[in-house]
Amino acid sequence: MDWIALGLSLKLGIMTILVLVPLALLVARWLAYRQCVGKPVIEALLAVPLVLPPTVVGYYLLVGLGSQSWLGQWLMQWTGHLLVFHFSGLLVASIIVNIPFAVQPIQRGFESIPQEVRDAAACCGMSPLRSLLTVELPLAWPGIVTAIVLTFAHTLGEFGVVLMVGGSLPGETKTIAISIYDRVQALDFAAAGNMSLMLLVFSIIVLALANSLSRRFGRRGSYHDL
Amino acid sequence: MTSEFRLDISQARPFALEVALDCVAGELLAIVGPSGCGKSTLLRMIAGLQHAASGEISLNGMTWFSGKTALSPRQRSIGYVPQHYGLFPHMTALDNVRAALHTLPRQEQINRAGEWLEKVQLASLARRKPSELSGGQQQRVALARALAAQPSILLLDEPFSALDSITREGLYLTLAELKPQLGIPMILVTHNLAEASLLADRLAVMDNGRILQHGTPAEVLQFPRNRRVAEFMGVRNILTGRVLSSASGQAVIALGEQTLSLPRALPLGSVQRWCLPQTALALQPSQQADSTLRGTVHNLIRLGDEWLVTVALPGTEDMLALQYPATEPLAIQQPVGIRLQSRHIHILED
Repeated sequence: MDWIALGLSLKLGIMTILVLVPLALLVARWLAYRQCVGKPVIEALLAVPLVLPPTVVGYYLLVGLGSQSWLGQWLMQWTGHLLVFHFSGLLVASIIVNIPFAVQPIQRGFESIPQEVRDAAACCGMSPLRSLLTVELPLAWPGIVTAIVLTFAHTLGEFGVVLMVGGSLPGETKTIAISIYDRVQALDFAAAGNMSLMLLVFSIIVLALANSLSRRFGRRGSYHDL
Repeated sequence: MTSEFRLDISQARPFALEVALDCVAGELLAIVGPSGCGKSTLLRMIAGLQHAASGEISLNGMTWFSGKTALSPRQRSIGYVPQHYGLFPHMTALDNVRAALHTLPRQEQINRAGEWLEKVQLASLARRKPSELSGGQQQRVALARALAAQPSILLLDEPFSALDSITREGLYLTLAELKPQLGIPMILVTHNLAEASLLADRLAVMDNGRILQHGTPAEVLQFPRNRRVAEFMGVRNILTGRVLSSASGQAVIALGEQTLSLPRALPLGSVQRWCLPQTALALQPSQQADSTLRGTVHNLIRLGDEWLVTVALPGTEDMLALQYPATEPLAIQQPVGIRLQSRHIHILED
């Protein structure tokens, strides 16, 4: 069992959620409430990682952030290291490929809140922040839970992008999915099997937990019960 | 000084809207009109949820909107009841009302919210979620929430449209009871004329983004300004006729082969459109010497214990509609007389 790889995968999943979900909240809320000319284009751009093969995303990141690119050179000067073949690069890649998994469920969550409810919050004298915290977030909660679960599960299973951008440096960029692949390449089927089983059990537990969380909230009263 | 609400706004897009109206404290103004006439948009503009292109909205001399500047709903202090109540589904009835009082200390929030639920007769259901309340009860919560923070104006958007008639009457009573205690301008948007006449001190009839007429419900019903208002107010008898003579404050109007004289001067030879209230018409089952008009029964519909009689008049397509007790026998094609109080004839504009 490659505990280091597992730890790295968990760390990557949690960090991705911590960075991506707050950003997704802002973008999804804007997309849910505003009607503007460019909205379909923005939505399409945000959904691109859903249809592109992960290796393609990884390729562009590798080229775009590598030592030959101006962005890579600027980062090199500024931080002293490159994003590629480094945990921070892995995080950037993971955030990008997870954008649709985070934005879309949250957007659906916000869209399910009727305009009248938001109007009522404003007319109750609530500031936009207060309305967000006490009315909108609780009502969009099932969507947010879905976004967190999808992002986390997808990060654990991500393979192509990670391999392209991160390579397979133990403790730095070698995640559990890559470790399983490594073990299979080395014909160590016992270790690969152990890790795969663990990942399977873990995934089922997380999904069950998330489902019950969002359903428990649902029982507390969603607008559609009215 | 009594507070007064004034509004004079216009916009060209997305649809034309040009409205001026006012409402004093303690007064309930009903904006009535067919759906899609812009009345809900108008209410949202008053609340500050959306803005017109230009104009001015003010309360008590304080400008809420001036084309360039616009206060947010929060700065306006609004009590707003949307059509489907807009209750917060994840909060209890009490917490919904408390949400309007969030600036107060916790204990005071609870006390005040409790008092308001009592005023709308819902104190026993304070712990229920909106989904556990009936439509009428949800409506009462929404009303309590709108009023709890002592708003400077109350806005009601079709608040009774989704309720059955018995629940609706209960709520009319509650609103009528609260009305004198509030002492703020109240604006009710509705397409239900009966409701508007029952609750409002004044009506504003709106169509296609414009106010066609305002006045007390009785005024508007009796003296609709033009055909559109008359039709919307449910006036049944709208007729047209040419002025045959007009002298010394008396005019004679043709109605097919017959004539009517009415006590007012009208331009000779002009074609006038006019209406009159049901109460100024009476049916006589046979033509008599004192009949103002003669005609034949064209159609009979039984509504409860009354006939709804349509009478055809010779020489014109126009017909008169009247009620007659269903206990009396009537037959289609029967010659009938009509007594008409011509001083109640109201000439419509255009």
